[in-house]
Amino acid sequence: MPTAEKTLDEILTLAATHFKVPREKLSPDDDFFKTLGIDSLQALDLLTKLENHFRVELPDYELQGVSDFRTLASKIQVRL
Amino acid sequence: MSTGLTHKGETMSYECKDGLIELLLHRTPCNEIGSRSLEELEGFSRALEALRQPVHTLIIYSDLKCGFCAGADLRELYERSRHLEKEEAAKGVREFLERIHRVLNAIDAAPMTTIAAVHGVVFGGGFELALTCDLIIADKTARFAFPELRLGLIPGFGGIPRLKRDIGNAVVRDLLLTGRSFNTTKAQQIGLVSQVVAEGEALRAARATAAQLAKFDHQTAVTAKKFVKPIPHEELRHEIDIFCDLFSRPAVQAGLRKFVESKDAQPYLP
Repeated sequence: MPTAEKTLDEILTLAATHFKVPREKLSPDDDFFKTLGIDSLQALDLLTKLENHFRVELPDYELQGVSDFRTLASKIQVRL
Repeated sequence: MSTGLTHKGETMSYECKDGLIELLLHRTPCNEIGSRSLEELEGFSRALEALRQPVHTLIIYSDLKCGFCAGADLRELYERSRHLEKEEAAKGVREFLERIHRVLNAIDAAPMTTIAAVHGVVFGGGFELALTCDLIIADKTARFAFPELRLGLIPGFGGIPRLKRDIGNAVVRDLLLTGRSFNTTKAQQIGLVSQVVAEGEALRAARATAAQLAKFDHQTAVTAKKFVKPIPHEELRHEIDIFCDLFSRPAVQAGLRKFVESKDAQPYLP
């Protein structure tokens, strides 16, 4: 199982690649809706990418109220 | 060879060529099904009935980036019902549901093999449209959900009876009662999706499948489909009654208002 740090790093890299944002502009505690400039539909798109990448299933209701990469990573980490 | 079944409309277009009908959904922002979509679907249904030559396959797909279809046009539903008396609003909703059920039942029972080639959002009424098809081919971006409970409703376009028919009650309960969305991998694991393909490849895979279906004897394929795909008429009628009963409750109007007033693309999502 990857470490929590590695999971977080992979999420940041994946989000940067998918939404075409420089990786160095993303930080763990960023509000990803604001930093990536995405809406709820695009957040679902990101969730799909993350589920496919980590081969996990994360119910979208677990993301209600989640807006930073670190918390997102913790939700994924417990399912790895 | 092209036939007379050709239509270029506001919300969808379709064409029949060499025994294959392709129905393209193209109403922005995400193919929400409102009164205009319903009229065009009714036109499509009439065209299917009037077909004079065998068609082996129907493919339904979208060319919009957001996905296949986000479901019913809730903004139209809210705007149409907000100024009406409760009874009048309920009557309008029932009439809409009965019309869309007629169309979706016709697609469900169409004398050809039907394929939904989906990507992105396949939610609510969009999921219900896909469920009328014999096969669902999905790319890896697809997500399936019945978010209606978040608005105080149940799906109203026949999705629950059809999902129950195709998959079983446990999956229905999970999707309906949690309102969560499934990705393509999960959808294939539970038997909902027959093929998973790379992003942007669903239509190509559907066309390849159609080319295979074209090799079979048409009447045999139609007979086989009829044998394995009964229409759950009784449950579909029951669904309309439950939906209309729920629709008259104040919580639904409040949920719709919140949805309409939100600036987000799909405010009932995380």
